[in-house]
Amino acid sequence: MVFEYAPAPESTKVVNLKTNYELFIDGKFVKSKNGSTYKTINPATEEVLAEIVEASSEDIDYAVNSARKAFKSWSKLTGAERGKYLYRIARLIQERSRELAVLESMNNGKPIRESRDIDIPLVAAHFFHYAGWADKLDYVGLGKNPQPLGVAGQIIPWNFPLLMLSWKIAPALAAGNTVVLKPAETTPLTALLFAEICQQAELPDGVVNIVTGAGETGRFLVEHPEIDKVAFTGSTEVGRLIAQAVAGTDKKVTLELGGKAANIVFDDAAIDQAVEGVINGIFFNQGHVCCAGSRLLLQESISDEFLNLLYERMKTLRLGDPLDKNTDIGAINSAAQLAKIHTLTQAGKSEGAQMWSAPCEIPEKGFWFAPTVFTNVTLSHQIAREEIFGPVLSVLTFRTPDEAIEKANNTPFGLSAGIWTEKGSRILEVAHRLRAGVIWANTFNKFDPTSPFGGYKESGYGREGGRQGLEAYLKASK
Amino acid sequence: MSNIDVKRTAKLFIGGAFPRSESGRTYEIFDNNQSFLANVALASRKDARDAVVAARSAFSKWSEATAYNRAQVLYRVSELMQGRREQFVEELNLCSKSNKHAENEVDEAINLMVWFAGWADKIAMVTGSSNPVAGPFFDFSIPEPTGVVAAIAPDKSPLLGLVETIASIVVSGNSVVVIASETQPLPAISLAEVLATSDVPGGVVNILTGSYKEIAPWLASHQDVNAIDLSGVESKAIALELEKEAAINLKRVLRPNTKIDGLARIKTFLETKTVWHPRGF
Repeated sequence: MVFEYAPAPESTKVVNLKTNYELFIDGKFVKSKNGSTYKTINPATEEVLAEIVEASSEDIDYAVNSARKAFKSWSKLTGAERGKYLYRIARLIQERSRELAVLESMNNGKPIRESRDIDIPLVAAHFFHYAGWADKLDYVGLGKNPQPLGVAGQIIPWNFPLLMLSWKIAPALAAGNTVVLKPAETTPLTALLFAEICQQAELPDGVVNIVTGAGETGRFLVEHPEIDKVAFTGSTEVGRLIAQAVAGTDKKVTLELGGKAANIVFDDAAIDQAVEGVINGIFFNQGHVCCAGSRLLLQESISDEFLNLLYERMKTLRLGDPLDKNTDIGAINSAAQLAKIHTLTQAGKSEGAQMWSAPCEIPEKGFWFAPTVFTNVTLSHQIAREEIFGPVLSVLTFRTPDEAIEKANNTPFGLSAGIWTEKGSRILEVAHRLRAGVIWANTFNKFDPTSPFGGYKESGYGREGGRQGLEAYLKASK
Repeated sequence: MSNIDVKRTAKLFIGGAFPRSESGRTYEIFDNNQSFLANVALASRKDARDAVVAARSAFSKWSEATAYNRAQVLYRVSELMQGRREQFVEELNLCSKSNKHAENEVDEAINLMVWFAGWADKIAMVTGSSNPVAGPFFDFSIPEPTGVVAAIAPDKSPLLGLVETIASIVVSGNSVVVIASETQPLPAISLAEVLATSDVPGGVVNILTGSYKEIAPWLASHQDVNAIDLSGVESKAIALELEKEAAINLKRVLRPNTKIDGLARIKTFLETKTVWHPRGF
């Protein structure tokens, strides 16, 4: 049964948008030297939110040089002092959390329930966690007195704009590096608000620089000779280009790339929990999640029963205004992403898979895609191999645990996987044999600053989070 | 009565067997005095690919072996190396090393194998973690081997460098295809014999002799290789090309001149797996 809800939109009054934003370099908002501009929109309404700079190579040069200059003093500051700046930032994020959550949902299209309850609290938690590391670097595992790398060039995606910023900036700063960060082209606004937070925290000039732009701006950053470290989260395609671009240099790299996670449901699973977990696994953040459980592997004996429950549950998902507190499924982040989802679902249909979409009203303006399930999928189908990055679930079946593991591992990716069973030994055995960096057993899509995250194989290398995540920004003292 | 020595044919080591190069090719090596030493197998692209297949099929069993078992197997390798100490010294002598230098290298190599063997059951203890997440979950991270690793061993220390390369890769459960020193391959061939008579399962270590310039690009671009160790690559231009090829399937890359040893070297070829499970009745 479907309950009717009155609209419950979160007010946007808490957000004070400027009509246009400049670059944040050396502690100040500065005009671009010669970059062009573009407009960033609200994907749920297609309204223009602000005008943004597409930073040029000269801008990147300025930003990197500022970070280089700042590195001298920032890296010499005691860890305890650096930590106090990070604690300040963590607190400022908590204080301005509502504003950040609303702005995140406006620019990204994700439901306010998620930006308010998941994204922004995790952002604060990341800064808080790494703040405490800054004066404990001797315990990271690289010996006494490990050293920062220098200037980190960081490029982040549009699916969790501020959360990805925190994953990048918090460990980098704690370790004594300075950063030049490029937010995603379509979601620059919370990063620019974060720049204000850096000012309020009185972070020394040049320690954090935020440069906006698209792929070309990112390329300038990666290829800049004064960068010591590249940290990238995004597509495997771009990850390859970055790995090639840094070849032959001394730049350290961490890449957090695509995924095509298997979510495996065994016949003894707690079915209702598993249904919720599968829903959360693929429809969280409209499926714009690199670790999304986009391949459901169902044990054959429960397949029909499970799918019926899944369809019933999907019918209750509420798609619409991201700022409405009752919304489950927000907007697709961009027209380009929507087009990609359409192309791949079309391929799914033409390859013979059966498509079912939850019946829901699609708003007239904005970019939307109804929660969708494909059955009759085989491993060779494009929708079983390629990352769709949308609310689209491909269902496959299996008979034995060995077959499930074989199918789950049959992908060039290896970011995450899910296991649903009530049998403890089976959880541990399957978790052991899955070639993926994050295994969620009887849960899915959980994140925490203390918990290392990252992939095997073509899902990239390096880890973010925890002690392991800090190692990516340090080298042994020699 | 004089006795005629039985000379050894210098062959490859793939999947626990000693094949000649599929290409039928060999190259000559000489000692300090430019006297002929041996015709050494000149590995081809096909040999490299065969070695990857052997390494992949050996990976599942080796990575599933208990850490205690891997430790004992590698320790056993050091025992057998000790038994062949004089042979290794002689081979290093032939290849331009003074006797003292050669003895040191062999002793160090044996000691290094013992040292790495001891790491097998400690890696997870010092690199893994229990993660205190902010919620009712049990959450832990453990290291796992990355898979099949291709390696170019250093030319200059044909035994010690090779042992460091192999031991640091396989101790955690990876399998390896390693290209031995091109100019001084004899210690590598003897090490292959040690490995073949130890308890290291066939395919865990595969040793190719020949020109890394020729073979390494095929390994760097191979889609079923997970990581590449470029330690032995001296040419910057070649290292650059190999690293670019390796990017095609996002191989983990250990660049040349990376000043790491010991645990840091082991960690280069590890993945971290994090597992979450809720708590509750």
